[in-house]
Order: sequence, then structure tokens, then C-alpha cells
Amino acid sequence: MKQFLAFVRKEFYHVLRDRRTLLILFGMPIAQILIFGFALTNEVKDSEILVVDYAKDNASQELLTRIGASRYFNIRQAALSHKEILGTFQKGKIKAVVVFPVNFNEDLLHHNKAQVQIITDASDVNTANMITNYLSSIIMDYQNQVNQNLEIPYRITPEVRMLYNPQLKGAHGFVPGVMALVLLLVSVMMTAISIVREKETGTMEILLVSPFKPVLVIFAKAFPYLALSLVNVTAILLLSVFVLDLPVKGSVALLFAESTLFIITCLALGIFISIETDSQQIAMLISLMGMLLPTMMFSGFLFPIENMPLPLQIISNIVPSKWFYIIVKSIMIKGLGISALWKETLILLGMTVFLLLVSLKSFKIRLQ
Amino acid sequence: MQDDRVIVCEKLTKRFGDFIATNEITFDVHKGEIFGFLGANGAGKTTAMRMLCGLSSPSSGKATIAGYDVYTQTEQIKKNIGYMSQKFSLYENLTVRENIEFFGGIYGLSDEQIRTKTAQLLQRLGMQNEANKLVASLPLGWKQKLSFSVAVLHEPKIVFLDEPTGGVDPVTRRQFWDMIYEAADSGITVFVTTHYMDEAEYCHRISIMVDGKMEVLDTPTNLKNSFHARSMDEVFYQLARGAKRGD
Repeated sequence: MKQFLAFVRKEFYHVLRDRRTLLILFGMPIAQILIFGFALTNEVKDSEILVVDYAKDNASQELLTRIGASRYFNIRQAALSHKEILGTFQKGKIKAVVVFPVNFNEDLLHHNKAQVQIITDASDVNTANMITNYLSSIIMDYQNQVNQNLEIPYRITPEVRMLYNPQLKGAHGFVPGVMALVLLLVSVMMTAISIVREKETGTMEILLVSPFKPVLVIFAKAFPYLALSLVNVTAILLLSVFVLDLPVKGSVALLFAESTLFIITCLALGIFISIETDSQQIAMLISLMGMLLPTMMFSGFLFPIENMPLPLQIISNIVPSKWFYIIVKSIMIKGLGISALWKETLILLGMTVFLLLVSLKSFKIRLQ
Repeated sequence: MQDDRVIVCEKLTKRFGDFIATNEITFDVHKGEIFGFLGANGAGKTTAMRMLCGLSSPSSGKATIAGYDVYTQTEQIKKNIGYMSQKFSLYENLTVRENIEFFGGIYGLSDEQIRTKTAQLLQRLGMQNEANKLVASLPLGWKQKLSFSVAVLHEPKIVFLDEPTGGVDPVTRRQFWDMIYEAADSGITVFVTTHYMDEAEYCHRISIMVDGKMEVLDTPTNLKNSFHARSMDEVFYQLARGAKRGD
């Protein structure tokens, strides 16, 4: 244990004395948060929407056919209470709910105006906005067409409710994304580079000749990055709460526990890369191309996964950051607990165990 | 004589597929001896040394280091040896003191031991003023001396030096050898590889490897006599010329 501590202290000296490392460590999260503040637009298609039709009259059916005919939406009929609606949103499949009031057609006939309620999952701001706009324009279309034959025009007003994120703060989507990105960069790239650096400078040989166990060398090298990554998580959360005004709705403890799990996944990846490569440049390239890019593409952070071709959607499942992104988003924005997230957590845990086993195994082979 | 053998090697062999890197080498090294391990690049020195340090398992043959078996007791071997390589064994962005503390730490010395040893070491090297400077800022010769001192910090029975004096001037090299003699006088066995033939002359006994085999093993004087050579350079040249393996 004393040996381990001596080692960890040395690692901290390395990190704290390297200005570039420090800059990446602490400058990056801030820069990322600011850069991604400019939200990105993305398209929506084939979104699953739920219809609660209390009216079941001609007008509501006509409108539904139009919505269903659009390539943007897939309709699922259901008669649900408000409480159940909340439940379906938490499962994440349904993007919006359209509710027709009981007297939809009557209202139009007698009062010349009626309301349609649109409820969207605004934890993903872009998608929510997009869906609302599409739905509204379909409704407008219908209204205009009907009005051509009428003396007194009908007016259908969509009443929009943005669930989870009523002020439509764009930051909601990207804070979890930045978190995944930063942790990945710190944990995968920095760990890989710092281990490979010891190989390059020849100090790894000295460590292997010492009585310090080789496996412990690896763990001792990874440990400071776990600590620093947790500092980063804290920094990002503080930034999001106090600068971006985004509270964490769910349990902060759970958020930290899940982050720790993801950091360990990343460390295992970093260790694996460092064992398989011998130069810092290669380690960095693999970390960037192999880890960072898939995270940007496949975590659902920049591009909605449901819009991708099926093969890409399948590929996205093997990207650990995708699961972490879902978890963080659910905890921070929807305020969900572990009971709703055990599946994602289990997947992440499985990936971690697998990666750790693979890297330990290849490490042993390398030693021979 | 039997009792003070710290390295005993018998037909030690390492094969990588069809390639025999080290071919049945047999030799003993005694306590306090400075043993020169010479050979052209690719002759199999590094492989042999890795086996002796417990880093790589031999394919066949026997060897004990400080009485411990290279197959089964690598942990004990590692506790009893020191190692310094041609590439720097120290961390450049740590201070002199932090380097000493780190290596003392991973060799399991107590805080008390580390404190007294650090003070002794700094005084012996005359580096008290540099204790809190980064190693990167020291001249090469100082780094090497410090590196050697760190390698013997935990008082190992044997210290392995892999081309320890590459790239330094003759004066510094001479000073470095003074340190090696001092260590040998205090009972530490020194196992050293080098490409400098003047350094080979400083060794008590030297062996020369050619194509994985240990061709000769004797004192520098005896070697020069048997090869009718004036210097070790000539001995080495006569042997290495027959080598089939190059870099």
C-alpha cells in the first residue's frame, strides 16, 4: 500500500507539472461548455408519437390521418391518463403526445375554434422544437384547407407543453454530452499517453525490474486520472448549475456513482490502448479517432441516433458513451433514479468488466 | 569460492520461435565482482540480461540470482537487484529529492530509511543544493551518477547496468567508474554491459557474446594474452568479425 501511495504521488507530480496536461484537464470542460452553448439543429423523422383521442370524431380522425401520413411521425393510438403519459416519456421511446379534447369537432362547429394539446419530451430541446413545429404546421395545413369552404374560419390552436424543460434550455442536452466527451478525453487519452510515455522514456523497464507488481503499476497510473476526472465532473456540474442555471433534478450521488463507473470504463480503454501501442503519438491518434469520434457521432449528443440508418444505430450500441449519455441525461434532466436506469448501468458495467479483463490479459501476454 | 557466487548460470537459453537469442550460456559471477558483459548489437546481451532480471522466462537451462531461481522466484530476485539502463532511469519532471523518494518508496523502504538515505546520497554526490531542482535541469553526467545511486539505494546484492555511460565525456565516465568500484568494494556485485573497450578493461572479468553464444570469459589481461592483442579493442574485433548476426 505504501508503495502504491508513493507511486500515486509521483503520478500527481507528473500531471500537475505539465502545463499542457493541466490545460486539457481544466480548460477543456469550460471551453466545451461554452462552445456547445450554441445549439445545433438536427432533423427528426419517424418519431414515435402517442395520440390520446378523447373526441374520436371526424375532425380529429382527419387530422390524425394527416399526421400519420407525414414521414416525420409514426402514430400509436392509446387512451391514457396524464400519469401514464409521464411514464411513457420516461421510457424514452415516445417523443410527443397529441391530445384531442372531448368536444374537438363540436367546438369547431359551434365556436369555430378548438384546441389540440401537444406534449413533448424537451430534455432533447432540438427534437422537441422540431416536432412541435412540424405538428403545428400540419394542423395549420388542415385548418387552411377546411377554411376554404367556410364563411367564418375555424381556428385550431395547438397548446404546447414542453415536459422536463419548460424554458427550452439548450444546455440540457449538451451538458451530459460534454461530460461524456471530457471524461473520455481525460481518462482514455491521458491514461494511455502517460503509460506509453513511461515505455518511451525507458522508465517502464525500471518499474518492471522493481518488486512493484506490474499490475499495480497500471492501476497506480490510472488512479490519479480517476481522481482528476471526478474533479472534472464536479466542475462541469458546478458550471451547469451556477453559470447555465441548470439544476440536477435527480440524485447527485447516483450521478457521481454512474460517472465513476464510466470513468473506469474509459480507464480500462486507455490501459488497453497503452498496452497495444508503443508511441505517444499513436496512442493519442487511436484515442482521438477511435474514441472521441464515435462519441461525437454515436452518443446521440450531436446527432439523433433514431435518424441514422439501421446499421449505424446498431453500431451505436457498442459505444460506451452512448449509454453514459442516456444515463446522465435521465438523471440530470428527467430526475430518474436507478430503478429506471438499471439496464443502461448494467450494460456499462458489462463493458467495463470486459475491457478490464481484455487489457489485463493482453498485458500478461506482453510481459512475456 | 562456492559460497560467494551470486549469479549461477547453466546452459541458459532463450528461443523466440526458430530464433535462438541466447544459446546455452554458462557462467558464474562472484560477490563484489565487476562483471563485463560484452557483445555486438544483436548478440543476445539484452535477452540474457532480461532473463537474469526476472523479466523474461528462459526457454531452458538453469540460473539462480542471489540464490533465487529465475523461473519461480522472480519476486525475490527483483527485491535483490538494482537496474540502470542506457535510457534514463529517472523522471525528468520530478526533482532530485522526489525521484529518490519515489524509488525508495516502490522498493518498500520506510520513511525513516528514505530520509536518512536521501541525506547521505545528496551529500556523497555533493548535490545538496540541487535537491529541489528538476532532474531535467541537471547535466548528463550528474543524472547518470544520480541514476546509479538510485539503482543501489535499496542496497541490492547485484546491480545490472545496461550501457550506463552512453554519451558522456571520458572524465565523467571515469568518475562514474569510481562509483562502480566503490559499490563493488562495499560488496555489491556489478553486472555491466558496454560498448566502450576502455571500460571493459576496468572490469574484473569480461565475457564476450557472439551470435547468442558466450565465446570467451576471462580477465582482461588473460584475454589480451590469449588473443595476442595489445588492447581489448583488438580482442573484441577478432571475435566480432566472425559474427553472422548484425543489427
